[in-house]
Amino acid sequence: MIRGENLSKRYNNVDALAPTDIHIRAGATTAIMGGSGSGKTTLLRLLSGLVKPTTGHVWYGDEDICTIPPKRLYELRESMGMLFQYSALLNSLNVYDNVAFPLHEHTDLDESVVRTMVSMKLEQVGLRGFEELMPSELSGGMAKRVAFARAIAMDPKIVFFDEPTSGLDPISAGVISTLIKDTSKMNRMTSIVVTHDVEAGLSIADHVILMWQGSIIAEGTPEVIRESSDERVRQFLEGRPDGPIPFSRSTTSYIDDLTHRPGTVRLEK
Amino acid sequence: MSGMTTANQSGVATFFGRMGRYAMRGVEQLGDGTRLGFQALSLLFAKPWQGKHFIIQLYALGVGSLAIIVITGAFTGMVLALQGYYTLAKFGSESLLGAGVGMSIIRELGPVLGAFMIIGRAGSSITAEIGIMRVTEQTDALEMMAVNPMQRIILPRIIATTIAVPLLVSIFDVVGIASGYIVGVELLGVNPGAYMAELIAKLEMIDLNGGWVKAVIFGFMIGMICTYMGYRAEPTTEGVARATTQAVVIASVGVLIMDYILTSFFL
Repeated sequence: MIRGENLSKRYNNVDALAPTDIHIRAGATTAIMGGSGSGKTTLLRLLSGLVKPTTGHVWYGDEDICTIPPKRLYELRESMGMLFQYSALLNSLNVYDNVAFPLHEHTDLDESVVRTMVSMKLEQVGLRGFEELMPSELSGGMAKRVAFARAIAMDPKIVFFDEPTSGLDPISAGVISTLIKDTSKMNRMTSIVVTHDVEAGLSIADHVILMWQGSIIAEGTPEVIRESSDERVRQFLEGRPDGPIPFSRSTTSYIDDLTHRPGTVRLEK
Repeated sequence: MSGMTTANQSGVATFFGRMGRYAMRGVEQLGDGTRLGFQALSLLFAKPWQGKHFIIQLYALGVGSLAIIVITGAFTGMVLALQGYYTLAKFGSESLLGAGVGMSIIRELGPVLGAFMIIGRAGSSITAEIGIMRVTEQTDALEMMAVNPMQRIILPRIIATTIAVPLLVSIFDVVGIASGYIVGVELLGVNPGAYMAELIAKLEMIDLNGGWVKAVIFGFMIGMICTYMGYRAEPTTEGVARATTQAVVIASVGVLIMDYILTSFFL
């Protein structure tokens, strides 16, 4: 169980995340959804320990990862994986070495065993035979799949997915969603998926958290979220431009700017 | 009139305010950079050993910079021989050319010009490489794979520059003195025996040690500054470009300032 307690994050006097309590169930897939700038990636980075919170704690069992020594945090991370939004493959390594990287770093396995394990992971993501390609030679979808294979290379207990389907064609997005769902079930992983892809989020998650303006506005099973009568939830699920969640983030009214600034347009009735 | 005075006063206040902010930022960066560098150095004996990565960096830095060091060393020695001969001939002391070229290169020009060349060629690429790793979240990926980026990325580069710079400067010195010999002896007709004899007679151990100490300190500074600027680069393409430029400027100015301090110490 991962537990965030009174978690908040402030960047340059802007609240990216308001004080939030969050529970992530072990062995389940939790989708954190919300529009751009709603604070979901910040929450993911806080939960993974990549970012220190302004206030609050992140508990992994009875250990607070915000205060434990770095050595212990690295030990915990040996049982974690993360798929980054832009894949974050190591540019200087080919596909094989990228996937084998955690195995080379943290195990003393014979290279023939590592090779077999990398082959299995690449087969899972449908990219066996592409071992020699460099990251710059991969398409976005392929890079995401390689990053996925790397994230699960050590059969981690917890995997974080940051926008796993963003920027992908529908087929690649479907493949990634299915991979997350199947691998999580098969390996009994705790998966935390940040996404703004409503269909992907609702189809793979056991538990859904919806965020807006740095706060959690709804959570529950996908069914509960689908049937929610909260106007903000409905607007997000239906992708409506009008509703309580404003599309525009402009700080002033455009019409006011046009009509009241000296020397600009004057609208006559 | 009083309006103009007020405007002037406010202009002066703005100027000093801006200078103050720059100074504060400089001090902050110096502190942050020192902390980051020593944080990396504290992992020198921590497991897992980074020997392989250190060798890779040493090779990239050392072998990669060899050509530019040889070319710069050769032309520096040649120009020094020409200028030295022109000056010494006025006093009838052409035989001192070897000592003049050798001491100038070993004490001063080798470490400083060598450091400049390494900053331009390798230091900038260290900053850009680390900056791009930050932009593309590769350092975060390392963190999440339980690999400490300080130990894997920063430390091997600082150690590699600290060792590679004195080695490259030694090559610069040898090439510079040899090319000075070619110009002085073969082209300008200085006595070959006098060139070498004066060089050996006038050169003292403190000159050699001074040059090496400078090179080691410059190498360490280049490693610290260039890795720091890359690691703290704003995570945008513009940010990485700016950090690379700043790294080259700060490291170059730093080398000159440190050169003055060390020279005054060794004289």
